Amino acid sequence: MSGQDAATATTVTTTMTALTATPEPEGPQVPRGIGASVEATDTRAKTEGTFPYAADLWAEGLLWAAVLRSPHAHARIVSIDTTAAAEMPGVRAVVTHADVPGATTHGRRIADRPVFAHDVVRHHGEPIAAVAADHPDTARLAAAAIAVEYELLDPVTDPEQSFGAAALHPDGNLIRHIPLRYGDPEATGEVVVEGLYRIGRQDPAPIGAEAGLAVPRPDGGVDLYTASTDPHTDRDLAAACFGLEPDRVRVVVTGVPGATADREDAAFQLPLGLLALRTGCPVKLAATREESFLGHTHRHPTLLRYRHHADAEGRLVKVEAQILMDAGAYADASAESLAAAVAFACGPYVVPHAFVEGWVVRTNNPPSGHVRGEGAMQVCAAYEGQMDKLAAALGIDGAELRMRNVLATGDLLPTGQTVTCPAPVAELLRSVRDFELPALPKDAPEDEWLLPGGPEGAGEPGAVRRGVGYGVGMVHMLGAEGTDEVSTATVKVVGGAATVICAAVDTGQGFGTLARQIVQEVLGVDEVAVAPVDTDQPPAGPAAHGRHTWVSGGAVERAAKMVRTQLLQPMAHKLGMSTELLQIQDGRITSYDGAFSMTVSEAMAGKELWATAQCRPHPTEPLDADGQGDAFVGLAFCAIRAVVDVDIELGSVRVVELAVAQDVGRILNPRQLQARIEAGVTQGVGAALTENLRTVAGLVRHPDLTGYALPTALDAPTVRIVKLVEERDVVAPFGAKAASAVPVVTTPAAIASAVRAATGRPVNRLPIRPSAAVGAPNS
Amino acid sequence: MTLPASLDEAVAALTAMPAAVPVAGGTDLMAAVNAGLLRPAALVGLGRINEIRGWQYQDGHALLGAGLTHARMGRPDFAALIPALAAAARAAGPPQIRNAGTLGGNIATAAPTGDALPVLAALEAVLVIVGPGGQREIPVSHLLAGREMLRPGELIGFVRVPLLHAPQVFLKATGRTGPGRAVASVGLVLDPARRGVRCAIGAVAPMPLRPLEAEQWVASLIDWDGGRSLAPEALEAFGEYVAAACVPDQGEPVAPGVLHLRRTVAVLARRALGRALTS
Repeated sequence: MSGQDAATATTVTTTMTALTATPEPEGPQVPRGIGASVEATDTRAKTEGTFPYAADLWAEGLLWAAVLRSPHAHARIVSIDTTAAAEMPGVRAVVTHADVPGATTHGRRIADRPVFAHDVVRHHGEPIAAVAADHPDTARLAAAAIAVEYELLDPVTDPEQSFGAAALHPDGNLIRHIPLRYGDPEATGEVVVEGLYRIGRQDPAPIGAEAGLAVPRPDGGVDLYTASTDPHTDRDLAAACFGLEPDRVRVVVTGVPGATADREDAAFQLPLGLLALRTGCPVKLAATREESFLGHTHRHPTLLRYRHHADAEGRLVKVEAQILMDAGAYADASAESLAAAVAFACGPYVVPHAFVEGWVVRTNNPPSGHVRGEGAMQVCAAYEGQMDKLAAALGIDGAELRMRNVLATGDLLPTGQTVTCPAPVAELLRSVRDFELPALPKDAPEDEWLLPGGPEGAGEPGAVRRGVGYGVGMVHMLGAEGTDEVSTATVKVVGGAATVICAAVDTGQGFGTLARQIVQEVLGVDEVAVAPVDTDQPPAGPAAHGRHTWVSGGAVERAAKMVRTQLLQPMAHKLGMSTELLQIQDGRITSYDGAFSMTVSEAMAGKELWATAQCRPHPTEPLDADGQGDAFVGLAFCAIRAVVDVDIELGSVRVVELAVAQDVGRILNPRQLQARIEAGVTQGVGAALTENLRTVAGLVRHPDLTGYALPTALDAPTVRIVKLVEERDVVAPFGAKAASAVPVVTTPAAIASAVRAATGRPVNRLPIRPSAAVGAPNS
Repeated sequence: MTLPASLDEAVAALTAMPAAVPVAGGTDLMAAVNAGLLRPAALVGLGRINEIRGWQYQDGHALLGAGLTHARMGRPDFAALIPALAAAARAAGPPQIRNAGTLGGNIATAAPTGDALPVLAALEAVLVIVGPGGQREIPVSHLLAGREMLRPGELIGFVRVPLLHAPQVFLKATGRTGPGRAVASVGLVLDPARRGVRCAIGAVAPMPLRPLEAEQWVASLIDWDGGRSLAPEALEAFGEYVAAACVPDQGEPVAPGVLHLRRTVAVLARRALGRALTS
């Protein structure tokens, strides 16, 4: 990492009071610029249900697509007979692997996934064929009428069995192995604790299921309207499969109805495009909830085995860990997820000696991929479980034990990388530890006490035990291990209005709002529009790891500054001063001495200014054979104190309160930041207590929102944002850090820790099942 | 889709179109249609039949219309009559589901996790079936157990439940604090006139289970003329008795899942009886 001196970072801290009371210079003025709670422009339309998502799109002469998916987890395809389907009235085209004109495999990172399975199906729900018909029901019936003869194979569903099993894929079963070796393998501590942890399969469960519209173009290409979060990668893989030049395929990004993982599912994007090219008609598909669960990627189920060594004072001496992640049948983002898991296996703690072996392997389980906080979330649950065990073994308070080990700027990660960014872990932990505990329910009237099990539920106050626990987590920001994280943005100003053109997708993280704030700040114009995203614009990369706030925000800022220079230079020249002596504030351009002053809109009158700029963070390097290397651009940290009530007879858990302290670098939009933290925490509550996509022999059970229980309003706890540490990361544009992922990573660990405290049970599996939270009656 | 205005018209419509499927709230049926599991040739909508949307009194019983929504049953006036059914209705899902889903639909769907079902089983409710041949009555447990089936053209018109004027409890264990599918549920009613405790366990089997021996045993311990109280040990034993009856071992060693389910049922039964006896 570049030589950043931590001492130069400005340290500002703020509490929630600062968040709610945003200072506004003039009373009725609409919030504008960096640091203000600027509202998203689409809030109203989304709230009122008028915002068009891909599922709402329409085109003249539209056909409907349906995808035939494998009902088996592992089978050899003996034959595929599409005759009956093709002959059905209203069916316009049926496509299988034989109809793929270009590359027959694809993948966002490694092209190891067939467009359509043809010799072997490797997971439940793998696409085999697709149909276009003049009615959605006809398409579904026709897809069901495709006769596929399977020869069933034994599914490999236990990742531990994958090593010895016959190869599930030509690339072999082991996708990546990282043996991290750091320090002295012979080092031992006075206290040793061991643990085995299992993390379940969280589904991103976007509230809007996958949907898309493909429209053929007169030039022989095709336009794909989808809620893609990485449009240029999707375009490239689609073009390769269609056998077209990338320019002939355009991905147009529609409103994104929820994305905490990679969208969209290529298993229907590619068939859509193929069917549109085949029929010459627009083709649409809106996935059912079941298809959505089967098609998109999930969080890696992970098995973790840990041994922590500490001295008598509780200082960590050595961490040994084995991490086994289940990739499902295809690689997707598994290699990156494993790197995060291995690199952060010890957590935000100083560990002199670490030996971590990580593997990610293929199975016939549902596919795993990028879901926010991937890798980091699974290890956080495990290392924090180990910290609780150490605290119990030493008789030290859990928060105190963590405090004795916290990482700070200048310390080394077990990958040998020096932490050069702000790492205020001690301050975060202290903030949540010292925050006032919520009142005990015995002090409130009984009918106001929401017991575990819900209002009027089975809960009984006498059986409820309260637990307090801690979680401290970390994530990396931006792509790791040498990924080129470049983004390009254009800023155009015509008259008094600006437009931002940048292919960074607003997935709900608020990039569109941030881009407007940046331009308002730099150019002093109020009216800023953000253009819809399509792949005719220069690439901005995937919306993941908080990268758009950093690289795309950085590109927008540079472009806006270039426009600013274009605007001010002629004036400065006329006034005989340099542009630095002119400033733009509150919509006015003024000179340093106040002698010259005019409004921005006056200055802009009749002018059309354009500038395009790129932002590229400093390079990183892959982890080497010993798991060593400067792999990460930046890190973000979070500490959470969880307070839970557990009915120890039924094992039902209610999270009462989560106190969050987070390292955010700089607050760019207070209200948006608060919403991101609350959303992340809630997703973490789901991972901790209810969310697990269950499989039996590789087959997904209950792929619906009744069987897959997301947190409801009653499950979402009170979230207290106790402290947002604003210690600017000098290498990041604006000094801001990614805010969405780290609460997801930390919350499950904190809840598990609190349930441990309430029940005295080990709690080594996520989600925490009621049977694991039944406590001893006298605990 | 036809929308009859009376039960007779509905029966006539169903008789005329044997392939038609009756639909009330549609919370289960339409989900199955949308999932492609069911493709009814025609629907007979029951939403406009006013005679089944309320209830009437009939010599010590209430005759509940099959079209009563969960939302309606959850209100205080209904809760004063049949408290356990009201509690089950309030627990039956989010407001959108409770506003649409009906009592008759809950019985017709007969899902193991149907919240009203253990209460109806404990109340020994009787279904009034209307059909082309007129009315007939069958106990709810017979329909749920498959001992008797609805014949072509027949509908559940009413549900007759006794008015017991005594405490009743419905409890369910779910995986989350918000509305959720029951892992196990219990409906428990006291019948002071007959000196009985009746209890049914839901969600652990395809139909609600009645632990008859446990009911009789515990009823014999209760001082019906006095304070109706029981020692904690007796409540505990009742829970264990119910759980042992309703959650069988399924072989040795007993699976951890079975142990947890049995413990859950024991706790629910114990708490339900405890609450019924102290309220």
